Amino acid sequence: MPMQAQLDRRAAVAALLKDRKDTLVVSGLGSPTYDLHSAGDHDGNFYLWGAMGGAALIGLGLAQAQPEKRVLALTGDGEQLMGLGGIATIGVARPRNLDIVVIDNQHFGETGMQASHTGRGVDLTAIAAACGFAATGTVRTLEEVQCLAAQIAAPSDGPRLFVIKVLAENPPRSLPSRDAVFIKNRFRAHLGFAAA
Amino acid sequence: MHSPKPNPETDWPSELYRILKAADVRQMSYVPDAGHSRLIRMFSADRDVTTNVLTTEEEGIAIAAGAWLGGQRSVLLMQSSGVGNCINMLSLSAIGRFPLLMLVTMRGEWAEFNPWQVPMSRATQPSLEAIGLKVMRAETPEDLVETVESAASLAYESDQQIAVLIGQRLIGKKKW
Repeated sequence: MPMQAQLDRRAAVAALLKDRKDTLVVSGLGSPTYDLHSAGDHDGNFYLWGAMGGAALIGLGLAQAQPEKRVLALTGDGEQLMGLGGIATIGVARPRNLDIVVIDNQHFGETGMQASHTGRGVDLTAIAAACGFAATGTVRTLEEVQCLAAQIAAPSDGPRLFVIKVLAENPPRSLPSRDAVFIKNRFRAHLGFAAA
Repeated sequence: MHSPKPNPETDWPSELYRILKAADVRQMSYVPDAGHSRLIRMFSADRDVTTNVLTTEEEGIAIAAGAWLGGQRSVLLMQSSGVGNCINMLSLSAIGRFPLLMLVTMRGEWAEFNPWQVPMSRATQPSLEAIGLKVMRAETPEDLVETVESAASLAYESDQQIAVLIGQRLIGKKKW
């Protein structure tokens, strides 16, 4: 049995994004959206409150439209499990500027902490590797997250997927706006596009 | 030089390609359908357009939203059976008022050999409308070209979510 993860998810996401520069971030619904907001609201954040399974693919469309920017899809194990096919689509598309980081508590935290597949042997990094991702990895400590932050700041020749194993707990919610039109227009304005 | 006028009866995929290029579409994603095969080939050969083959149609809804966040217009191609896969993901387009243009080839409604296509065919338009999309239909090649042109304007210039249903009668009978 693997050891129980002890890493605090908020500390992990804060460390991951501490020096984000102009990285664009899309967060999956539930805790990753709260984690991203808690690390500091930013015009280059797009927060999901639904569309489960879509975070990494929104990241793909964005990465293809903005090839000079780094794009990070920050999501949870449950959200990425719903979008497993998307890992194949991203592997084939092979964007050089897209990273998926899965904050993996091995549970569906928003709905009562039911155990998910990742605590029962399903390895998202192995799936990504089999889909042709350029790099994959699993980290479990704050020091490893700091190294990961440096790694994803460096260029890549293809998409990467990393899993951060975190303690299964629900910290106090940190709630961004639920108005998707506002967040969308703010995000686009950040990139220099006028609202229609 | 004399250039012959295109014949919409046979050249409608070329006409759709011309219209979508004129609308500055830069990304195209698809789950294949025989009715879309020529359009897929034209986009795949176009270095100015990024194409994504999908494992399931709702992936394209998310890609389209991401493309728009990044300042690009996209189009999504599928057959009617794929519409059922999209419904929850369409919440993203609807609640975020993301421009969306889906071109849906209809199965299960005209000279259909495969009965398994029929239930989703029946559910296609009602389910799209239930989640908030505007549905436009075309039954002839001439009508299709004009419909897609106006749908592209509505989507990209008025931030609307549009599905254009391409009647099976227009596509022609599948050979078994």
